[in-house]
Amino acid sequence: MASLLVLRPGLLSTVQDLGRWGWQAFGVSASGPMDSRAHRLANALVGNPPEAATLEITLVGPELAFDDERVVAICGADFVVTVGDHLASHAASFRVPAGGHLRFGRRGRGTRAYLAVEGGLAVASVLGSRSTHVPSGMGGHAGRPLTTDDRVPLGPKHPQRSAGRRAPTVEMPDGRARLRVLPIENTSHFPTEALAQLQSEPYTLRPESNRMGYRLVGPVVASETTGTLLSQPSPIGSIQVPPDGQPILLMADRQTTGGYPVLGTVISADLGLAGQLGPGDTVSFTVCTRQEALAALIAQERLLMAPR
Amino acid sequence: MREFSITTLGDAGWLLEFADRLDAAINARVVWVADDVRRAEYPGVRDVVPAFHSLAVYFDPLRTDADRLRAALEASAAASRDAPISSATPREVPVRYGGEHGPDLDWMISSTGVSRDEIIAMHAAPIYRVYMIGFTPGFAYLGTVDSRIAVPRHATPRVRVPAGSVGIAGQQTGIYPSETPGGWRVIGRTPFRPFQPLRPDPFLLKPGDTVRFAPMDEESYRRQTNTSAEARERRDGSRDGSPGGPG
Repeated sequence: MASLLVLRPGLLSTVQDLGRWGWQAFGVSASGPMDSRAHRLANALVGNPPEAATLEITLVGPELAFDDERVVAICGADFVVTVGDHLASHAASFRVPAGGHLRFGRRGRGTRAYLAVEGGLAVASVLGSRSTHVPSGMGGHAGRPLTTDDRVPLGPKHPQRSAGRRAPTVEMPDGRARLRVLPIENTSHFPTEALAQLQSEPYTLRPESNRMGYRLVGPVVASETTGTLLSQPSPIGSIQVPPDGQPILLMADRQTTGGYPVLGTVISADLGLAGQLGPGDTVSFTVCTRQEALAALIAQERLLMAPR
Repeated sequence: MREFSITTLGDAGWLLEFADRLDAAINARVVWVADDVRRAEYPGVRDVVPAFHSLAVYFDPLRTDADRLRAALEASAAASRDAPISSATPREVPVRYGGEHGPDLDWMISSTGVSRDEIIAMHAAPIYRVYMIGFTPGFAYLGTVDSRIAVPRHATPRVRVPAGSVGIAGQQTGIYPSETPGGWRVIGRTPFRPFQPLRPDPFLLKPGDTVRFAPMDEESYRRQTNTSAEARERRDGSRDGSPGGPG
């Protein structure tokens, strides 16, 4: 079976598909790509279905050697990428020759890039998904980020292939992002001013922010909860407020349940943008309505489905 | 006052909440609604997640009529009033208490004033209910622990708690399915593994199930770990709970 050989792994490179859904009742985290827009676009550019596994690349990219010729595409964070001596295009499909080296260099906007390879990354499926969940050591390549000398198996090549396709542009943060939030209704855990506090000033992502969640520093959000609550299910994008009033934005690798009260949840259309934030970036929150959330998601879906 | 409420968990989830307390009858309603919603197979539903007194339904907002789903959830919650608390035969889980397998047992003896034999008897007496599974794959929150041995967690969690460790945190007890960090007071260890990744049905405990612990001696512990858990771990290559085998 053809494979990718890891010459340098980068900072945190993990195999991700659309996530491990249907097992959260058993404590299995959903995981999946932090920016599913970029994951899907990269797959579409090389002719893969949206659920094919890509490589999620974080802050510092890898160097990879290809066994056979493949059409590939990189979407999301904007890295300088070379194939041998040639500069590769961002958000476009291109060919890597047999024996070719794909090298990630300097990074521009965004935190996470997605490398889709024609045929997909063919690691074993665990509980219906190829996504890596590092905290529980589940899925992906041996349940962990890639390391030097790993060989990642590739799926079969497509009979009809084309390089040179381009993806539409999706919004990327430039060190800051604005995220829309649907607040939780009728909560007894927060005073009325909590939502105004959340929206008053931007928050900064602390250094320990990661795929599980972003720890934020900024205006204190008052809560009326003393002690810990009975754990409740925690969706992606939910904003938990611990007793110190500094919110935590839960992301792809979050635990299935949490014990802090939830003030609101980032809308689906803004989760990809949220997934492009990294430590030191800033984020501001604005409350919106369910209608606005759905309209934004439909608009984004049209963009992602646009013919190429 | 309403028996339950349904609130927004973003544009892709509903949260159903019953009264905010650890209560077998309330938890039985949560489990009943979770089964009911799964059976109905609403288009676009991605996951149904029961917890102690609440339940989340996650869905794809582009494929789901959110208002209809909310109405169905409300109807199911109302219909759950007579949910049976539990009918299943308890699963017997053998435990080797104390010694190297239960590093917090001596501390419990001195902090509670209860003798070693009484602590073991009190822990092994009740039929516990699986209230929820969370934290890590297959970690079941069991209740309710006898109040005389309901000791608080470690102030600082241990970095590594071995797979099979049996611990207490307040009125909850549980089995660590894999080696993870953990703050519960560990009083014993079991060869039983609630998460067996290679089985077609990989989780051996589910919310609403019941469990009873049975003390075992050192010799049977060694025999059972040699024949079951360790052999399985060697075969799976999953000493840390990772199902990723070789190749």
